[in-house]
Amino acid sequence: MADEKDREEIIVAEFHKKIKEAFEVFDHESNNTVDVREIGTIIRSLGCCPTEGELHDLIAEVEEEEPTGYIRFEKFLPVMTEILLERRYRPIPEDVLLRAFEVLDSAKRGFLTRDELIKYMTEEGEPFSQEEMEEMLSAAIDPESNSIHYKDYITMMVIDEN
Amino acid sequence: VPCSSSSLAVSLKAALIIQNWYRGYKARLKARQHYALTIFQSIEYADEQGQMQLSTFFSFMFENYAHVHKEELELRNQSLESEQDMRDRHDYVDLIDVPDSYNGPRLQFPLTCTDIDLLLEAFKEQQILHAHYVLEVLFETKKVLKQMPNFTHVQTSPSKELTICGDLHGKLDDLFMIFYKNGLPSESNPYVFNGDFVDRGKNSIEILIILCVSFLVYPNDLHLNRGNHEDFMMNLSSYLQLHGKRILQILEELYAWLPIGTIVDNEILVIHGGISETTDLNLLHRVERNKMKSVLIPPTETNRDNDTDSKHNKVGVTFNAHGRIKTNGSPIEHLPKHEWEQIIDILWSDPRGKNGCFPNTGRGGGCYFGPDVTSKILNKYQLKMLIRSHECKPEGYEICHDGKVVTIFSASNYYEEGSNRGAYIKLCSGTAPRFFQYQVTKATCFQPLRQRLYTMESSAIKILKERVISRKSDLIRAFQLQDHRKSGKLSLSQWAFCMENILGLNLPWRSLSSNLVNIDKNGNVEYMSSFQNIHIEKPVQEAHSTLVETLYRYRSDLEIIFNAIDTDHSGLISIEEFRAMWKLFSAHYHVLIDDSQVNKLANIMDLNKDGSIDFNEFLKAFYVVHRYEDLMKPGVTNLG
Repeated sequence: MADEKDREEIIVAEFHKKIKEAFEVFDHESNNTVDVREIGTIIRSLGCCPTEGELHDLIAEVEEEEPTGYIRFEKFLPVMTEILLERRYRPIPEDVLLRAFEVLDSAKRGFLTRDELIKYMTEEGEPFSQEEMEEMLSAAIDPESNSIHYKDYITMMVIDEN
Repeated sequence: VPCSSSSLAVSLKAALIIQNWYRGYKARLKARQHYALTIFQSIEYADEQGQMQLSTFFSFMFENYAHVHKEELELRNQSLESEQDMRDRHDYVDLIDVPDSYNGPRLQFPLTCTDIDLLLEAFKEQQILHAHYVLEVLFETKKVLKQMPNFTHVQTSPSKELTICGDLHGKLDDLFMIFYKNGLPSESNPYVFNGDFVDRGKNSIEILIILCVSFLVYPNDLHLNRGNHEDFMMNLSSYLQLHGKRILQILEELYAWLPIGTIVDNEILVIHGGISETTDLNLLHRVERNKMKSVLIPPTETNRDNDTDSKHNKVGVTFNAHGRIKTNGSPIEHLPKHEWEQIIDILWSDPRGKNGCFPNTGRGGGCYFGPDVTSKILNKYQLKMLIRSHECKPEGYEICHDGKVVTIFSASNYYEEGSNRGAYIKLCSGTAPRFFQYQVTKATCFQPLRQRLYTMESSAIKILKERVISRKSDLIRAFQLQDHRKSGKLSLSQWAFCMENILGLNLPWRSLSSNLVNIDKNGNVEYMSSFQNIHIEKPVQEAHSTLVETLYRYRSDLEIIFNAIDTDHSGLISIEEFRAMWKLFSAHYHVLIDDSQVNKLANIMDLNKDGSIDFNEFLKAFYVVHRYEDLMKPGVTNLG
């Protein structure tokens, strides 16, 4: 039992260091705070994939009573540690992502047209902003066919991340 | 497409999955971008700090160097440079003629805006300005700068907005971009260039010439502030060394005459670095700024307990980059220590979020100043804002300290393609400052983020790995100390601890670990893999590996020292000089290297056995300075 407790303590200590590292990179003024707009990036860089709605709730949890636009490390650390310990917001596996594209591609062509992608991404789910849409298009769309061959796209993205 | 409510729900869920995944992916790219920038920045500042530390080395070196070359010392003493200003045009410009065969730009003095256009066109075509004109421009600029006060006071109006640009660091394309977007300098389009025009980029001299010519044509509307790189010691490892002795000499003088700052509409202070809690603007208005030669030549120790206004230093010596020993028996050679420190603070400090004023340990000079210091100093002098540069910012500018401090940085892609934007500010009294951003890239401008990131990230990882190899012996020793079971593996924590302590770089080691080492399936680090995928080109076979690594580690220091010894910039030093220098070097850095090994090395290096070492070949052989490969391309020198 004592052994297990030791192990958990070590794990928590490692998580703390990891979270601190990720936080510090965005702490531009070196005063243990980050802009609230960077919190999503920090959480995701630690390997978690909350939806926008879940992110919104998380921010509410770590914000000050009177929101200042900044999040303090002292408030962020325990919340983020819990998330890592509970393995919450696990990333989307590659095959789930592929199936999601296939669902949208009802005609089973192997691709989505540019307009279709725009429609789905900006009108459904948690819609993309214009900037997000443009960024995804710039990397995903094959200019000759004006479409996204999603299987190749996914493969490319996965290579990127590894 | 069937429109039943269940299929709608399914497609909604599918869209959500894709969006969620994409946002996660984008965030991870952004984090990697930040990590890459952090790597570049911490190495850059560590290097600057290393250069600062050279200042003590130089004093040490002089003391011992003098013993080695006693006769030379006497000779040099006789040609005292007590008043460099005594040297006239004849020493610089008149000794060099422009040959008829020269088909680069020809300037007409007194200069007019035609000459500005001429130069811009010529530099766009990558022509080189003849040394005669370079010297003439620099000489004339120095003459006019001498008449300028330490701080220029400027007024703006709706018809005469002021544009403020930050660090350019020899990136000519960024200057072209600014002029393209914002127009050329003129009486109705005044500019402030807030220091660091030179170093790092390849076109330091071109930028200097354009700025100096513009200054000569519009001396009341083109304002130049001194930056920490307008310092001949800081230039010792830059492309500027390509140029001849005379150009470097006059640069040394010109830099010291650059004004310290600009004050706009009596309410905005524009200086290169920052302030400290003891910043005294009244004193700074009065100091003899031209006596601030270099951050690396501090005033000699005087009786600090005596009155601080005393300008009488003990007789001592300083060692300048051109090997000339200057005695400062004349009491007016140096600034008093407190004045020298005031200027250092202005040129080197950085703002931070924490209240208070702390030594700037990142750079080794100036301080970190907090919002309270900003408020105090701005209030003291009835100012509203501080505009400064000195730090690269991803967006080209950054506002902090509650809107009171603005950082403006004008060299886009400073660390690497895609690393950051450049920006400039337009000021007009009565309205808020306006920011303009840009990014000069070849084809990468419209590349998606992932491609831009790849370039930047691999570049950052590469220079980080170079650091790692330069400390190989020390790192291995540290790793082995932790590896009690001699398994060749350490926990991620232990590995990160060693890396941070030995390299002295505060980086997110855990997040970077996958790029730097092999990690087994249990999450443990195979620490010897830290040294993979890096090679030192053409190592000298017979040299001991410690020697190779030490040379590699101190290569930028070596560069500086070699340049200092090679007074005629010939690329050759004598074997004696090499041996003596090496001895000093090892004594100072407490590196134990056998005499016989140094001799062996010296003799190997003297390939044609004529008693002199082509040290550029020597540096190359150790993969010491990759920039030198560019430097040695034919036809690039401005001799003069």
